[in-house]
Amino acid sequence: MSTTTLPPGEKTRPASAPGRRAGISDRSRAERKLGWMLAGPAFAVMLLVTAYPILQAVYDSLFDFRLTDPDNKSFTGLSNYGVILTDRIWWTSLGVTLLITVVTVAVELVLGFALALVMMKALSAIRPVIRAAILIPYAVITVVSAFAWQYAFSLDSGFVNSWLGWLPGISADTDWFGGTWKSLFVVCIAEIWKTTPFISLLLLAGLAQVPEVLQEAAKVDGATWWQRMRRVTIPNMKAAIMVALLFRSLDAFRVFDSIFIMTGGANNTETVSFLAYRQTIARLEIGLGSAVSVLLFVCVVLICALFIKGFKVDLASARGEG
Amino acid sequence: MSRKERNLWILGGIGIVVYALFPVAWIVSLSLKAPADIANQQFLPTTLSWTNYELILTGSASDLFLPALRNSFGICLIATAISCVLAMFAAYAIARLDFPGKKVILSTALGVAIFPVISIVTPLFNLWRQIGLYDTWPGLIIPYLSLTLPISIWTLSAFFREIPWEMEQAAQVDGATSWQAFRKVIVPLAAPGVFTTAIIAFFIAWNDFVYGISLTSTEASRPVPAALGLFSGASQFEAPNGPIAAAAVIVTIPVVVLVLLFQRRIVAGLTNGAVKG
Repeated sequence: MSTTTLPPGEKTRPASAPGRRAGISDRSRAERKLGWMLAGPAFAVMLLVTAYPILQAVYDSLFDFRLTDPDNKSFTGLSNYGVILTDRIWWTSLGVTLLITVVTVAVELVLGFALALVMMKALSAIRPVIRAAILIPYAVITVVSAFAWQYAFSLDSGFVNSWLGWLPGISADTDWFGGTWKSLFVVCIAEIWKTTPFISLLLLAGLAQVPEVLQEAAKVDGATWWQRMRRVTIPNMKAAIMVALLFRSLDAFRVFDSIFIMTGGANNTETVSFLAYRQTIARLEIGLGSAVSVLLFVCVVLICALFIKGFKVDLASARGEG
Repeated sequence: MSRKERNLWILGGIGIVVYALFPVAWIVSLSLKAPADIANQQFLPTTLSWTNYELILTGSASDLFLPALRNSFGICLIATAISCVLAMFAAYAIARLDFPGKKVILSTALGVAIFPVISIVTPLFNLWRQIGLYDTWPGLIIPYLSLTLPISIWTLSAFFREIPWEMEQAAQVDGATSWQAFRKVIVPLAAPGVFTTAIIAFFIAWNDFVYGISLTSTEASRPVPAALGLFSGASQFEAPNGPIAAAAVIVTIPVVVLVLLFQRRIVAGLTNGAVKG
């Protein structure tokens, strides 16, 4: 199975495309040249800042190499991968990352859909207000959002315990950052708050594309709101939902900022990105850190492949090839 | 729509506004608390105090915060400008010309956009130290392009595709020179798209934390999010919550202003590039 690239869906080429390549005229040759001259620099920069580093990481991951001890750099083949894959820390961080990804994306999808419906139905008078409000979590820096939620829940400065003290299990001295599950709960809330707006805007764009005629027809036929939602709306915006899911899943899988700020990886809340950071930047283990980075990259490619092959996400629509 | 249904949707709208503003209101409230108030476990301060703002703007924490603010603005603006110029050429080619590399470029942009940032950091950290780019502005601007360039290319291609390019010829037929046609017809049509793209790219660069914390070590280049992450308070006996909240409010102001001024365009830019049937 080849998984390294994102195969674009062939079927979406416009009907006029085939046949154009039959004879290459001077004009189209010139156009080709101009096209690459204009787009080339951007293309080269993109490759330079990603392809080169990942190849370097693959190379570095084959060495036992610590920055504090550069003279003892030695080739060890795949042993770094062996060390990582047999270590409980890797599997814990992978589990935590997957948990955060699944929980946040699932909640965001439902919540984002609700927000999109409200925005869709909102009267035009208040629509700009809602639109501006919903963009604010998107625009707020992740670090700021992480601090806001951490301080809201923290023991010394937070108000959550005094507000929610009436709930069973929460008292004035509930330490939200004292255990794995509670910490992850707060991390997920922060992530959900910050990124739901993005999903809801994508879903809103999808909702706008559902033909109004179909809704009317279903209404005339006596379909209830729920039936219309399930049989008309959702099937017609499947592409938008899938694209939103794919983007958010990959984004959530890279979660780093919130973990760094809120828990620092304490109580088994380390994610894969944080593990890679800790190995490389904090412990200066370039070899091990590179291996974790490569494994993270492989995970992202696998998730992508899963979405494209498994859920048949059409990336042509994601690339804006209208 | 019945009156009851209408009220329900309005209620939903209010719910969204509360949802979006609640944590922001909380961090503003926290930043206005006096040091003795920080631990009062209430949402609102008992007395308003500017102590936290004084501390980070003129006080002992200002030599940590102000350079970071300058770095963030400088680095993000330069990275945004570079990626917008590069993306403008690329998007023009993608929208207007017919050449076989189109798909490759758009797929590459997609691939780069979903690339795990931390995988880039590890090798760059080592390389930057060897060639002297560690803890410098270019050392951050270059990796920031990996964040801003793909989204710029997408968003701009989507915008450029909707420009009626025939108008350029129409202007030329009417006697305009090609420079006039470009300047008076195409530039006004393309400018909103470029501007929106710049805002979105700026947001993404402004939000970066991974590069900021990994590739810098002093105030020479450390951006605000990284400085916030490492800020540990005026003295070790004082919790840094208040000053951090104040700094958080200050770095949130620019993005909130941009959102309020250009919300319609930002929404169009965010969704145009991503969902197009």
